[in-house]
Amino acid sequence: MQKLIVEPSPHIRKNITTRKIMLDVIIALAPALVVSAFLFGLWAITLVAVCVISCVVFEFLVRIVMKKEQTVGDLSAVVTGLLLAFNLPPTLPLYIAVIGSFIAIVIVKELFGGIGQNFANPAITARIVLALSFTSQMTKWVEPFFFRSGTSHIDAVATASPLAVDASAAEFPSMMQLFLGNHSGCIGETSAVALIIGGIYLVCRRVISPITPLAFIGTVAGLALITGDNAINQVLMGGLLIGAIFMATDYSTTPLNPIGKLIFGIGCGVITYAIRALGSAPEGVSFSILFMNILTPHIDRLTRTRPFGMVKSQS
Amino acid sequence: MRKLNYIKLPHQKRAQNVESTNISGVQKVVIPTSQHIGCNCDIIVKVGDEVKVGQVIADSDAEISAPVHASISGTVREIVDYMPITGELCKAVVIESNGKDNDAIDDTVKPPFTGDLSKISRDDLIKAMRDSGAVGLGGAGFPTHAKFTFDKDKCSIETLLINGAECEPYICSDYREMMENGEDIIGGIKVLLDVLGIPKAVIGIESNKPDAIKHLREIASDGRIEVRTLKTAYPLGAEKMLIHAITGKVINEDEYPIDKNVIVLNVSTIGTVYRYLKTGMPLITRRLTIDGDCIDKPLNLIVPIGTLISDIFEHSCDKDIDPKAVLAGGPMMGLSFANMDSPIVKNNNAILLFKESNPPHTTSCIRCGDCIRACPVNLMPVELERAHDMNDIDALIGLRVNICINCGNCSYVCPAKRRLAEKHQISKHMVKSAKKKMRTVK
Repeated sequence: MQKLIVEPSPHIRKNITTRKIMLDVIIALAPALVVSAFLFGLWAITLVAVCVISCVVFEFLVRIVMKKEQTVGDLSAVVTGLLLAFNLPPTLPLYIAVIGSFIAIVIVKELFGGIGQNFANPAITARIVLALSFTSQMTKWVEPFFFRSGTSHIDAVATASPLAVDASAAEFPSMMQLFLGNHSGCIGETSAVALIIGGIYLVCRRVISPITPLAFIGTVAGLALITGDNAINQVLMGGLLIGAIFMATDYSTTPLNPIGKLIFGIGCGVITYAIRALGSAPEGVSFSILFMNILTPHIDRLTRTRPFGMVKSQS
Repeated sequence: MRKLNYIKLPHQKRAQNVESTNISGVQKVVIPTSQHIGCNCDIIVKVGDEVKVGQVIADSDAEISAPVHASISGTVREIVDYMPITGELCKAVVIESNGKDNDAIDDTVKPPFTGDLSKISRDDLIKAMRDSGAVGLGGAGFPTHAKFTFDKDKCSIETLLINGAECEPYICSDYREMMENGEDIIGGIKVLLDVLGIPKAVIGIESNKPDAIKHLREIASDGRIEVRTLKTAYPLGAEKMLIHAITGKVINEDEYPIDKNVIVLNVSTIGTVYRYLKTGMPLITRRLTIDGDCIDKPLNLIVPIGTLISDIFEHSCDKDIDPKAVLAGGPMMGLSFANMDSPIVKNNNAILLFKESNPPHTTSCIRCGDCIRACPVNLMPVELERAHDMNDIDALIGLRVNICINCGNCSYVCPAKRRLAEKHQISKHMVKSAKKKMRTVK
């Protein structure tokens, strides 16, 4: 008889892997990808492909250079690439997207130890760096279906993001437009309905907890109501939905426990609304998530679970 | 009442409706002197002695200990060092059958009491429990009598809890005990209620065993005994979890169940005690569920304690099995054997044989928090693992690693397949030895 293998318990494991979780996130991002392909055409698809491929290649190369176990198979680099692309304007030059991927994967993720170790969301941080370094390219918005008139992306007429437009102005999109997504904006952020479908999928699959998105969106809506702003527009505009559903629920960079998630969501909402109402840069969601990322270890320490049968003073 | 975390596991109780069969013709047993939590027993037989079934072969004066009896009759062939699966070396008595009549019963095996069992004294009952050799048969192996030697003035038993949850996959030995020996369980409960003056008993059974619930309800016929249906969830059969599920009481980290006026006994344990009270036959056999993906026809086998695992398969099952992993107990908390020459001990309830043992490929923690949501005692395995890896004893104490019940849920649900439960066990020892050191320095 061959030798027996001695293993500590448990001897069975649930049929779940990091890869399967990441695959779920990719599936949840698919509706937004389809809508953006429909709205912004081939150029948006090219940009998404460039981001995904460069993220995967950067991760592959960094793991080789750092002599670490290869992790591209877990698909997390694909998710980062998708999220980064979704946060870029449709006509961005490709080399800027590659720079963004480098920042996200190499600097924010791998230099801090790779998946699960980074303290800030790679896609958000990369977007902020790009927005501050390439401000004009990063704020060049185009109307949906610009390609139908035969114009190339370079000649496409620039329009303003809804966030930068006075809500009373004539070109301000209707609520239906905001909901369906046929207005200008970043590749993946325009269609509220596609993002919400993705969010519901993730909650049903128990990949994310609904606490953070609901607290985040609820806080922004509540503050808008209090200050007499249009709450629905505030929720549907800009990157709030993609940020709340896909970025503020990133495992590594957000709190572990429900109360921590609630604090995180409310904090993001307050900062987002403060920047939108008082600041001048259209970066409320990104900055709020990055700021709360930094607070996450402290939130985690304050919101530990209370063990069953714990006695307070233990000698 | 606080809501605790449980997980759903595949039941795999294939042996549920297989009636128990006795193994026959066991020629050799190896009986360890430590089959329980507490002090090892001293061997009181010599090499060459003739022993008979039910004869005491090792005993101890210590309070937390239980005597060990010969399970077959024959000659004491040798006394060997034995490394039990728990890793603490002890002695073991090797008994070999003389070839004939290996179930001759010892003269000492006779009913310990005559007359009405409900009239015996408390001390006599506790002594009888000790003499029966009974230990916690659910797996823990805590000597049964030692649960009742508390200070009568400070504590009293409000509720006797009988654990028939059997929440681990595959294992059916408690279920078969309930179906086949239900009268012993109910009889034992009645004796305990009468003699110890306990007002009521609750038998907790998971909802995936409706036949056992129905059967025990039918034969209970006593207003003091309630059969409670529990939800099917793992690890509901863990002592603290069962107490919480039935009574809502929380056993604190520095307490035993008796501090909250409850006692938990496994269904097979109480059955064993009652059989001893009735017949005088101590705990010398064990019902095992034989299952796993190597086994075509799962079985419930009653084997003499000390039977070698290899002999079980020599005698009863098809011989073409080729397992890579052999477990004592269920897949969540069971321990794996290094070889098939290990003997069955009192607290074994299943032997599972698996064709494959693929140590899972561990990847980086992604901080998903599933381990926290799966922990029945509300610990934070993700933080505990980090404290373990950094050797941070203070953090381990602060995070209360000592409360971990080693149910394995955290490892089970981890998408990164991290060895969380294993590290918690190591952490507990790290904390214990650090505290010991601190005390000696003081």
